[in-house]
Amino acid sequence: MERRRFFGKLLALVASSGLIGTIRRKSFGEPKEYDPTQHYYGMGVQVDKCIGCGRCVEACKEENNVPREPFFFRTWVERYTIKRDGEAVVKNIDPTISRSLDAVSEKDILRTFFVPKLCNQCDNPPCVQVCPVSATFMTDDGVILVDEERCIGCRYCIQACPYGARYLHPVTHTADKCTFCYHRITQNLLPACVEVCPTQARIFGDVRSTASPLTRFKRMNKLHVLKPFLNTEPKVAYSDLDGEVR
Amino acid sequence: MSVRFPKIPDSLGRLLVVFALLVGGALAVRVVIPPSMKDEEFHRNEAIEREMSRPVRYAGSGVCADCHDESVAKEAGYHENLSCETCHGSAREHSENPLEVKPTLPRLREFCSRCHTYDPSRPTGFPQINPVVHNPLKQCIACHNPHDPKPPTVPQECQACHAEIARTKAVSPHVLLECTTCHNVPRLHKVTPRAVRATIPPDRAFCGKCHGTQSTNRESPKVDLATHGEKYLCWQCHYPHMPELD
Repeated sequence: MERRRFFGKLLALVASSGLIGTIRRKSFGEPKEYDPTQHYYGMGVQVDKCIGCGRCVEACKEENNVPREPFFFRTWVERYTIKRDGEAVVKNIDPTISRSLDAVSEKDILRTFFVPKLCNQCDNPPCVQVCPVSATFMTDDGVILVDEERCIGCRYCIQACPYGARYLHPVTHTADKCTFCYHRITQNLLPACVEVCPTQARIFGDVRSTASPLTRFKRMNKLHVLKPFLNTEPKVAYSDLDGEVR
Repeated sequence: MSVRFPKIPDSLGRLLVVFALLVGGALAVRVVIPPSMKDEEFHRNEAIEREMSRPVRYAGSGVCADCHDESVAKEAGYHENLSCETCHGSAREHSENPLEVKPTLPRLREFCSRCHTYDPSRPTGFPQINPVVHNPLKQCIACHNPHDPKPPTVPQECQACHAEIARTKAVSPHVLLECTTCHNVPRLHKVTPRAVRATIPPDRAFCGKCHGTQSTNRESPKVDLATHGEKYLCWQCHYPHMPELD
């Protein structure tokens, strides 16, 4: 008899909590002012405009509390130097120290340029697939976020990202990545890196809009994405991208 | 037990019970627990809300002009597309508390030279200087108004703007040639460099004045214009600011 009553109560508990969950979903769903289903974000990067000043890196670190040490980046800028013998030297530039050409003599350079990098916010994200606890996910507006309270810091996503866009935050010990400044874009502000870029090398917007800087950028340029053969379907498009860029 | 299941050994019977429990448990999870309890949407919504409630540090370009008229002057100059916060730093706090929190005023040469130091990876045409020889120790803002940056006096030498070409030419066989040997530079090019352009040589015969077989120039390598290079213009193969030696 005791046991039957216990199971009965257990069943009631399960059923009622399910009911509460359903009610809670109705009342505490998405915030009302901002409707994520009405947006789908993307970015354009005009490589020819990047001057490698690193203001985007700095602004990102300040806006998002990214550790200042030069191993932790949500966005970063790479210097590509293709030498006359065909070798491509790639170096993550550190804007805080004086620049050098990384021991490549200027006479040996065939061509050289900067490439800003960040999370590509893939439509088919490998990092989301591999997360064992579903801590990383895509929002309705197309941004890949990490739930830092659910992340167990196993680093699987960091390994899985083909673009190296994730790092383990040294304080929280959870995976951290570019969120397109989710707290800004949901308030109709630009991501910090786009805001401060002095040459408009970065263009942010809604990929579905008919008239916007991003749409114009996509209409007027020959576009490319990074590592298209991986079928990750990035939402960050690059124009004037060199074939050496990986 | 042995009477009811004479052919099944005792241990196997107990194993069957374990299996039955496992299968029953899995069924219970599937059927009894309502799907909304297993839904990831709740913790995702929490994560999204957490992400959206992060503090904004960069106020965005829209707010500055509400109080500051200087930005109007900026809109006509070369820095027209720069955000105020690119140079003055994050200013959300300043916009909320304008009297007590002040944005930064970058006055050091190092700040401007982050963008304007000569760097071969920078796109051609971006204004760059060599800070070692460009008025050393003098503040940039002593001569240039950062809100409407242009040279304080009309530059007398081409290399004031075309530093990259000047540096390249300085180590090339053409080092002794003046820019005006090949380019006609209208007076207005120095005042409005983008609206009025310097000219480039019109045809092959121009280079042939020194490099044709009829040339009286004793130093220069000679080719027969009639047979050399076919239909191509000289500068489609040779870079005139750094012609190859062999």
